[in-house]
Order: sequence, then structure tokens, then C-alpha cells
Amino acid sequence: MGLIKEGKLVNDPFKNVSDCETVPAKGPVIVSIDQWMVRRDDLLKRSDLIGIWLKSDEHPETIAGDLAYLSLVALEFPSFRDGRAYSYARLLRDKYVFSGEIRAVGDVLLDQLHFMARSGFDAFEVESEDPLDAYNIAAADYSVWYQQTGDGRLSAAELRGKGIRR
Amino acid sequence: MYRYDEFDHKLVQERVQQFRHQVKRRLSGELTEDQFKPLRLMNGLYLQLHAYMLRVNVPYGAMTSRQMRKFAHVARTYDRGFGHFTTRQNIQYNWVKLEETPNLLAELAEVEVTGIQSSGNCVRNITSDHYAGRIKDELADPRVYCELLRQYTVLHPEFSFLPRKFKIAVTGSPKDRAAVALHDIGLRMHLNDSGKLGFEVLVGGGQGRTPVIAKTIREWLSPEHLMAYVEAILRVYNLNGRRDNIHKARIKIIVNQLGIDRYRELVDQEFDRIKGDVKGIPEAEIQRIKAYFAPPEYEELPDFTDKLSTLRLADKAFDLWMSSNVAEHKIRGYAIVNLTLKAPDRVPGDITATAMDAVADLADEYSLGEMRVNHRQNLVFVDVKQMDLHNLWQKLGPLELATPNLGQLTDMITCPGLDYCNLANARSIPVAQDINKHFVDVDRLIAIGDFTVNISGCMNACGHHHVGNVGILGVDKHGTEFFQLTLGGSSDEGASLGDRLGRALPQEEVPAAIEAIVDTYMDIREDDERFLDTYRRIGMVPFKEAVYGSADTKVVV
Repeated sequence: MGLIKEGKLVNDPFKNVSDCETVPAKGPVIVSIDQWMVRRDDLLKRSDLIGIWLKSDEHPETIAGDLAYLSLVALEFPSFRDGRAYSYARLLRDKYVFSGEIRAVGDVLLDQLHFMARSGFDAFEVESEDPLDAYNIAAADYSVWYQQTGDGRLSAAELRGKGIRR
Repeated sequence: MYRYDEFDHKLVQERVQQFRHQVKRRLSGELTEDQFKPLRLMNGLYLQLHAYMLRVNVPYGAMTSRQMRKFAHVARTYDRGFGHFTTRQNIQYNWVKLEETPNLLAELAEVEVTGIQSSGNCVRNITSDHYAGRIKDELADPRVYCELLRQYTVLHPEFSFLPRKFKIAVTGSPKDRAAVALHDIGLRMHLNDSGKLGFEVLVGGGQGRTPVIAKTIREWLSPEHLMAYVEAILRVYNLNGRRDNIHKARIKIIVNQLGIDRYRELVDQEFDRIKGDVKGIPEAEIQRIKAYFAPPEYEELPDFTDKLSTLRLADKAFDLWMSSNVAEHKIRGYAIVNLTLKAPDRVPGDITATAMDAVADLADEYSLGEMRVNHRQNLVFVDVKQMDLHNLWQKLGPLELATPNLGQLTDMITCPGLDYCNLANARSIPVAQDINKHFVDVDRLIAIGDFTVNISGCMNACGHHHVGNVGILGVDKHGTEFFQLTLGGSSDEGASLGDRLGRALPQEEVPAAIEAIVDTYMDIREDDERFLDTYRRIGMVPFKEAVYGSADTKVVV
């Protein structure tokens, strides 16, 4: 298992705190939406970064008003077949204008890396013996996209419009 | 016709390369079958009863002779010398080997066709009117919007893992030849009150085990908002569609569950949010794509009808074919010719590599190198000079592509059934062949007129039995194949689902039942009334009595 961010294997500064654990005194944490609701005030008193973990049936709308306090939203793929997190990521970026980290967690299949990255994910928990190598192979899969999805990359139609050729 | 530019080519090559790597990982055991399955499905590769099956998209049913020759080459090199055209404007190969599929797909990519999203829980091949761009009653060429939608939906980052498959069909004509009401999204072009062209948007149609006629979600949508509106429908579906039960995961279920008004409200909220900036199809791009579908340079030809009349009088077989298989073209001196893949004894939709090559040559000689496949598993030459019709007919005959039965009882839709498919309960192909044996009299078939028979080997309804004038559904009863008949289905404008006739019949009784239905119809029809209209006027009772006898009419299994 490794965390990939900006194309690099990085140490995860965040600690996942499960619902039955106590929140440590210091350091960035990721908590469930339930814990956020319950311990919101305590968590805000700490000066460290806060992330929230959303399961695939937890719509980011629930935390839309709190996004200003959050540095990270982890979106869980319970199975790589469950595509709801792609829409959540797009809503977080486009509708709620969230600029923090959106992390892919759970059943993250790197064959879907491009779909995730183009939907707004920018960090990936990768299950592999060599996560960086697996990531690099997947990242090289595509260089052309038909859709404009707000991730800054230009679609084929936009490039054509600018007279750019491959 | 659309041609790939370097972007399209690059994307498809990258896709093939990615799949090559995935196949390698599967063969080495790095990927489990469970992980590999959705990856192969999104490239059109199924695992069937006896072998892998590859489904290849013919985008909105339009293809060139070069593509047809490649289909023939693939059939010879990677399959057993034939292919099968389906009801969704695809061609399927039934005997491919997993390790050979990357090379196969690379060969197809050379001629700009792919298996991308011909399966999987994603947006499938966009389908359309096979007469698009060539028919008088059309308001605008739907292929322009089909191509825009193709590019919009191919490898869509957000909508590649939907709850279930998603089918979109477009018609530019009030006469619906694309069965738009049986699609997850159906787009029907029409003019609004101020005379501006736009789309009626239908949503939530589909067949399968829960057939539903699509409902209108928007009466009129301006074309510049098409992508934004489709995106809103897809997003609402992606987030709200059921994922707990594969049989309840299609958009039709959630539309019915929420009600069309609530679904519309959700879509409109999302549409209002995104329509200002969605997205990405600049006007220049629309014009670029439109240019590809500009009409070919037609010759100034005289109307040839009179001379054809002479030929028709001289040759009854030619006359029959002209009445049945040839349609009017919007340009004087030209005609549209349907090549029926429905000869008796043949598997509907099947075509050999040799015939594919011959079709490609004929398309070059007689149809400006272009052809179509329709949703009833027939091919179409769209630009034939009237003066060439007689020659073309003579050449199609020996290829068994001139059976004069378009739209008639023997022009059956048939799924591959238990002969190939691991979902099927029953074999559909032998049923079609049995029916063919009972209806050999050409004059009788013409007298019967418009009459669709659609056969599915199981309730997944790939043979569109719900919308056949007569639908035939294969069911399994204690290990024996039985067939359930339905009457009154139609996929045209004013679409309707068939009603169940009565208890299921054993295979050997199906042709006699069809005979009884036909005889009853011929007795009670008024003037030239189509079977569908007679059924709608009179209802089920006389047909039920004809098939089961009057004592048996209340028995339903």
C-alpha cells in the first residue's frame, strides 16, 4: 500500500481515526462523517488539518457547508465497479469549489486512474508491491481526452479549436 | 461520413495498448477474472457458452466498404469465417481467442472501429436511423449529434461505471426507425412553436425483464444544450440509480421509483447549474463534424421510375424486391436499397466473410462506398442510382441478400439464443427457421404486409420480443424449451409493448400458432389495415381463441 500524490510516492501525514479510536492530541486526522458530526467542535479546536472519509452512499452535499474547514475528502470505492465517487469528486470540485485533496481510497484499481484524475481526484491509495511503478504505467495509458471535465486538461475538441495537432 | 483525425486515432491506439497490457496481466494471473471482467467488457469482450465473443460498434450504424472488408478479414482471421449483425448496430464475432483480441482490436482501429463500450455499465454505441441523411422526411441529419455524443461518451471519466448499461438513440425524422422510446435516453428531433429545431428528450425506456416505454422528460431542448442535458441525466442516474440489484439498476427503474416529475426536477436542477459552462463542444467543432456529413456530390439524374416500371412488369421477382426492399431517396434519380440478411435457412443477421467482401465491392460500385446496418439486422445501401437497381438486384440474389421480405413476417429479429449465449433459456435460431419453413409463399407474405416477429431466447430480450408485433420469448420449463407469445408490440413512433397471448408453447407448436394468428388477422382486418392496427382495434380475444381454442382462453401459465 502506498499513497501517490502529484505523481510521487509520499508519506501520508494524515492518520485514519476509526470511530472507536480517540483522536490523538496532535497531527492531521481523517475521520468518518459520523465522527465529524459528533466531534466537530473538538476537532476544530485542534490546530491540525482535518480530513473526512465519505462512503459511497454518503453524498458530499452533507458536508458542503463545512468544506472550508477541511483539507481533505477521502472518497471510498467499496468496489471498483461503484462509480458514484467519480460524480462526488466532480461535484466537490465544480459545485462546491473544494480545492483541498480528494483522495481515492478503498478498491482503487489503477486501470481507472485516468477516470479518477480527470474527475478531480489528486491522491490515490494504491494497493501494490510497487505502487509508484504501477501508477506510472497507468498514468502513461492516455494522452487524449474527449471530455472537458474541469481538471485543466484540454479536450480533443478544444485542441482542434486552437489548431493544435498531435 | 466521419473520419478520424489524429486525436481520434491516438486515443483508440492508446486504448488498444492499454487492453493489450490488461490481457497480458490477466494471462499471467496478475489480474483476477473478477478484476479483468469489467475491463474486457468495456472493450466488448464477453465470455460466452463456448468461447469469447467480441462485439464491435458500428457507430450509429454507418460504415464504409473499407470497414466492411476489415470485418470480413477479421471474420476469416480471428473467427470461423462469419460475423453476426445485432439489433444495436454492432457486429459480433462468436469464436475469438482472448490472447488474439489485442491484435484484432488493433486491426479494427486501423479502419476506425472499436469495441469500446460495446458492453459494460457505461454508455453503449449511440444508435440512429439507418436512413439518416438520405430520407425526405428528416428534419436534420442525426449523425452529427450521434458523433458529438460518441465523442462525449467514449471513455467518459465520470460515467464509465454507471449502475448499469446505458443506451442512447437519436432520430431526426418523425418516423421513428431507431426505436428511441426503448432507450435509456431517446432523442427525437422536432420543431418548437417558433420553428426552431431541437430535441424531445425521452428517458427511462428499455426492454429486458422489465420493459418500459420511455417518458418525455423535456418537450424541447435546444441543440447547444444537448451535452449539458445528457450530462445532467447521467449524473442524477449515476448518483441515484440502484446498485444493490443488477435487475433493478437501469435508469427506467429509478425513473419509475421517483416518478418522472421528480426525476425531471433533479435533472433540471443539475442542468440549470451546469448549462452555462458545459461544456467543451465549441461551435467550430460542431461545424467540423457537420462537414463530414455533408451530402456526397450527387449526379444530376433523371427520374428513372418509368423505365423501372417496364423492368418490373417484365420480371415479377424484381418487382417484388422493388416493392419490398427499395425505399425512396431524397435525391431524384437515387434510391435506398435494403440488403436483407434474412434468407430462409439463414441465421438472421449472420453474414459470411465472402459475402462481406462481396457487399463491400458492391457498395463501391453502386453506393458511393457507404452502407448502414439497421436495428432489424439488415444492411442498407444508401446511395444507389435508380438506373443501377436492376443490375444490383441481379448481383445481390446469388449472395442471398435480395430476399424480398423487408418488414414482412420472415424479416425476423433473432438473438443468438442458447446456440451461443450463456444467459439464454432456449434456442431462438431454430424457431426462426421453423417459421420460415411455414411461410414460403411470397404472395401470401406480401398480402400479410407489415408484420414484425421478434424472438428472444430469454427474458433479457436481446431479440426485442416485447416490441415485435408478434414477440416470441424462450422460457425454460423443467429443462424443456417453451415459447411465450406476445401480440401488439411496436418500436416505431407510438411504441407499445406486446401483451401476453397465453400459456407458453413447445417449439413444434410455434409455427402453427403464428399461422393461426395470421389467418385470424387476414379474416378480420379492414382494407389494408396492418396487423398492429387490427390488434389495437380488436384486442387479444380472437387471436387467443385461434391459438388455444375457445375453451382454453382463460388458461395462463
